[in-house]
Amino acid sequence: MAIFSKEEARKILEKALSFSTADACVVNLSGSQGGNIRYARNSVSTAGYQSNQNLAVTSSFGKKSGTATIDELDDESLKKVVQRAEELAKLSPENPEYMEPLGPQVYDESKTFIEATANITPEYRAEVANSSITPAKANDVTAAGFLDDGQGFSAMMNSNGLFAYNKSTDASFTVTMRTNDGTGSGWVTRDYNDISKFDASEASKVAIDKAVLSREAKAIEPGKYTVILEPSAGLGLLQGLGRSIDARSADEGRSFMSKEGGGTKLGEKIVDERVNLWSDPLNEEVPAPTWNGEGQPLKKTSWIENGVVKNLAYGRYWAKEKGVEPVPFPSNFIMGGGTASLEDLIKGTKKGILVTRLWYIRSVDPQTLLYTGLTRDGTFYIENGKIKYPVKNFRFNESPIIMLNNLETLGKQVRVDGSLIPYMKIRDFTFTSLSDAV
Amino acid sequence: MKRRNFVQLAGLGAGAMMMPSLLMGNNIPTEALLEPGMDVLIKKQMADVALNTAKSLGASYADARIGRYLNQFVRTREDKVQGVVNTESFGIGVRVIANGTWGFASTNDVTPDGIKKATEQAVAIAKANSKFQTEPVILAPVPAFGEVSWKTPIKKDFKEVPVSEKVDLLLTANAAAQANGANFVNSALFMVNEQKYFASTDGSYVDQDIHRIWPTFGVTAVGGGKFKTRQAMSAPMGMGYEYLDGLDSEKLEGPEGLRLYRNSYDMAEDATLAAKQAKQMLTAKSVDAGKYDLVLEPNHLGLTIHESVGHPTELDRVLGYEANYAGTSFATLDKWKSKSFKYGSDIVNIVADKTQPNSLGAVGWDDEGVKTKKWDIIRNGILVNYQAIRDQVKIIDQNESQGCCYAQSWNDVQFQRMPNVSLEAGKEPYSINDMIKDVEKGIYIAGRGSYSIDQQRYNFQFGGTMYFEIKDGKIAGMLNDVAYQSNTQEFWNSCAKICDKNDYRLFGSFFDGKGQPSQVSAVSHGSSTSRFNDINVINTGRSV
Repeated sequence: MAIFSKEEARKILEKALSFSTADACVVNLSGSQGGNIRYARNSVSTAGYQSNQNLAVTSSFGKKSGTATIDELDDESLKKVVQRAEELAKLSPENPEYMEPLGPQVYDESKTFIEATANITPEYRAEVANSSITPAKANDVTAAGFLDDGQGFSAMMNSNGLFAYNKSTDASFTVTMRTNDGTGSGWVTRDYNDISKFDASEASKVAIDKAVLSREAKAIEPGKYTVILEPSAGLGLLQGLGRSIDARSADEGRSFMSKEGGGTKLGEKIVDERVNLWSDPLNEEVPAPTWNGEGQPLKKTSWIENGVVKNLAYGRYWAKEKGVEPVPFPSNFIMGGGTASLEDLIKGTKKGILVTRLWYIRSVDPQTLLYTGLTRDGTFYIENGKIKYPVKNFRFNESPIIMLNNLETLGKQVRVDGSLIPYMKIRDFTFTSLSDAV
Repeated sequence: MKRRNFVQLAGLGAGAMMMPSLLMGNNIPTEALLEPGMDVLIKKQMADVALNTAKSLGASYADARIGRYLNQFVRTREDKVQGVVNTESFGIGVRVIANGTWGFASTNDVTPDGIKKATEQAVAIAKANSKFQTEPVILAPVPAFGEVSWKTPIKKDFKEVPVSEKVDLLLTANAAAQANGANFVNSALFMVNEQKYFASTDGSYVDQDIHRIWPTFGVTAVGGGKFKTRQAMSAPMGMGYEYLDGLDSEKLEGPEGLRLYRNSYDMAEDATLAAKQAKQMLTAKSVDAGKYDLVLEPNHLGLTIHESVGHPTELDRVLGYEANYAGTSFATLDKWKSKSFKYGSDIVNIVADKTQPNSLGAVGWDDEGVKTKKWDIIRNGILVNYQAIRDQVKIIDQNESQGCCYAQSWNDVQFQRMPNVSLEAGKEPYSINDMIKDVEKGIYIAGRGSYSIDQQRYNFQFGGTMYFEIKDGKIAGMLNDVAYQSNTQEFWNSCAKICDKNDYRLFGSFFDGKGQPSQVSAVSHGSSTSRFNDINVINTGRSV
C-alpha cells in the first residue's frame, strides 16, 4: 500500500521522530501509484503500472546534516534510518548556509485529490486508446498517444513541531495523429486532477482535424510574422521566464533578472503592461500543493503585475542574507488572459500564422532569454481573418521578453501541463529558417 | 506523479537543475553502498517466481529484471559543499507477452508474494490491451545463454573512494578557477552503479555490474553587464574513478593552449583554463553572420552526431512508435532499402557499438538478454542499417536483434535505446592543428552548447561552449553569439576532412530522453575533429 491517509502518515512520522537524538530532525514520507498506456501505429504498444514509497530523514547537529531514507516502515526500520541519518550528519562538513527547520505552519486545504482519478482501471486506459484509434482509422490517419495517471501523497514532520500532508491525483494525455500519406500531423494535450473532465474522443478529434487540415503544407519565407500562439506554444516560451525568477542568481549578476551595474530588475517594467503572471495553489482549474518540501506555506503570489517584476523567489538562506522575507518558488503558474476565443483571434488577423505547439525549445543565450525551437503538428497561414492553408514548420529564435513586449491580444486561458495560459497574439515573432519535418 | 511542468523546474533553482530523476533513488549512507546486495542465487529464485507465474497465467513470454541502482553525487559551489547524496533503489520489473500484447508491472516488494502480484498485474494489463492490439508482438530469436555475468572493467570503484577525497577534488578545482578570476563556480561529480539481473523464459540469467562517472563544472565570469559560463571539457564515461587521474598521456594540446582530454581528465587544470576563457568570452567579438567552414571538436561534434544521426536511425522512430513524443525520422525505410541514400560524404562512416571500452553504452547483454555487438549504420556515406530490438527486427527483414534494449531502472519498461553511435577517425595522419592550417575562413567550435532539432531530424541549430575564429589558417581570437543552422543530409555531405585516430575522443550524455513515461539513457559518441564546409552561421545576439 503506497498511499497513506493523513492520520496514518502522522503516526509513522511521529514514531520516526521519537527515535531522534539530534539537535534537529525532519522526516518526509511520500508514496505514489499509477498506470499508463501507450499506443502507436493504431495499436497498443506498451502499458504499465508503477508504485513506490519512501521515507527520508534529515538529522542535524549544529550546522552538520545528514540524510538517509528507507522503504520499510516498521519500528525497527524507522529506528535504523534515523540512526543512519545521525551517523552521516556527524561525519558531514558544516554547511554555512544551514537553516533550522521551520516551526508549526498553517496551510490552506489543497484541492489536488479527486477520487475518480485514483480509481482509473486498465480497462479505462484501453478504452481511451480505442477512442483515438477507431476514429483515426476511419479518417485515414495513424494515432500515437499516451495516457498517464496516478495518485500520490506527501507528508512531513520536524522536531520544531511542523506537520504537513497533501494528497493528489493527476492525469495527462497527449495524442499525435499523422495522415497516412505522411504529409499532415496534428496533436492535442490535456491534463487534469479530475479525470471526469476528460473526453478522449473530443480530444482525439481535435488532433485528427489538425492532421487532415495540415496536409501538403506550403513553404513560405521565414521572417518576422504576427503569430497566434496556442497555450501549449506560449507555455514553451514562458517556461524560460519562469526559470529566471530566482533572486539569488539575479543578485549574483548571472540571470536575465540581473540589472546592469548591480541589483535586480525587481520593480522594473520588463514586458507589456497587460501581462500578469501569478501563482495560486487554490485555483480551481489548476489546483496545486499548498506547501513545499521545506514546509513553507504556498500562497497566491504575483510575479509580474502590469508588466512589472513584482516578486523574485528568495530561498530561506538568501532571504536572511538580504534581510527580506522568503518567497518560495510556486507550485503552478497562471497568466492572465482575455475574453477572445481562438476563432475571434483568427477573425481579427489580417496576415499571420497559427502555431499549435513549439518543440525542442532550448536556451541560446541565458542573458537575453533567447530560445530556439520549432513549430510542430499544425502550423497554418491566416489571411483576412481565415485559415488559408497549412505552412511548413519554422525554426524560431525568440525571447519571451521580446515576445511579451510585442503582445497584440490576450485570449482565453486554457490549462496546459498544470498551468493556466492564454491564447496569445504576438507581432514580429522571429522565424529564422524552414524545416521539412512533418 | 510525473507532471512535467515548468513550475517544478523553476522550483528546483539553478543548482538543483543538475539533479535529474535518474539519480533520485533513496538516500543511503556511504557505507551502505558497499553492502553486497541480494545474492545471485536468491535473484535467480525471485526471477523464476515471475517467469513461472507469468507462464501459469498464460503468458507466451516473460522477463524479469531485478535492479539495484547505487548512485552518489557531490555538488559544490565556490568553497562550499552543497550536497553529498547517496541513493539506492531496489526492485523488480516484470514484462510479459499475453495474447500477443505487452504488459509490464514493477514493485519494490522483492518477495515471492510481491513478485507474484506484480506479475499478475502485468498479465492483466496485457490481456486488457490485447482487445485493441492489431500487430501481435513477434520476438526475434535469441540463444539461451544460461547463467552469465559481465562487469564494466573499472580500475577504481567510486564506492571505495572516500567522500572527503571527492569533495577535495571539486573544491580544489573551484579554488583554481577562482584564483584565475572566476566569479562563480558550480561543480559536481555524478557516479552511477547499476547492478542488474535479467532472466527470461528464453533461458538466460544475466548478472551485470555497470559503472559510469561524470565530473563537470560551470565556471562563470561576470563583468561589463554580461555573464558568460565556460563548461568543463570532461565527458561522462563508462569508467571507474580512475577517469579522474588526469594522466598526461591522455591529454591533447588544442589551439590557443586549449587542453583536450581522452580517457583521463584533469579537473583542476581544466578549471584553471576555464576561468581565463570565461573572462575572455566577456569581451569576445560578436560573430558576423554568414557561411563558414566549421572545425568541430569531438566534445562538441558528439552532440551533433547524437541528434542528427543517432536519433534518426532509431528504428522505433522510423516506424512511428515515438511519433507522439520524440518524433519520427526522415531516414525512412525506402531510403534504406534503396541502398543508395547518401546520408553523408564518402568519408563519413558511422558505427553503432554496444561493446566500446570506456563508453557509456557498453554492456555485455542488453535489457532483453541479447548479446551486444558492433555494426555499421553509415558506410562510405550510405545509410546501411538502423538500431533495433527483438520485437522490431522482423520489420527490416532481419532475424537478429542488435541488442539496443534498455530501461533506466527496474521501475520502468525496457525499450529501444540508442547504442554508442560514433564517427570513424580519418585514415591518414592529420591533426587538429593541420586542419586549422587548411581553413581560410572558418570557426573552431569546442564543447557542448545549445542544441535543437526538429521531430524528423532535418533542421538543426547548434551552439558550443567556445568559438574561435579561423582566418587564413590561423586562430584569430574568440567569438560570441555563434550558432549554426543546417539540414542533416546537407551537413553530413559537407563533411570534408576528419582527423586521425590520435584525436579520437568520446562525448557522452547521461540524460538522453525518450519514451512515455520519459526515461533517460546514457550514451557516448566518439569522433575525431572534423571539418564541414560552407555552413550557415547565425548571430544570436539580442538586446532586450
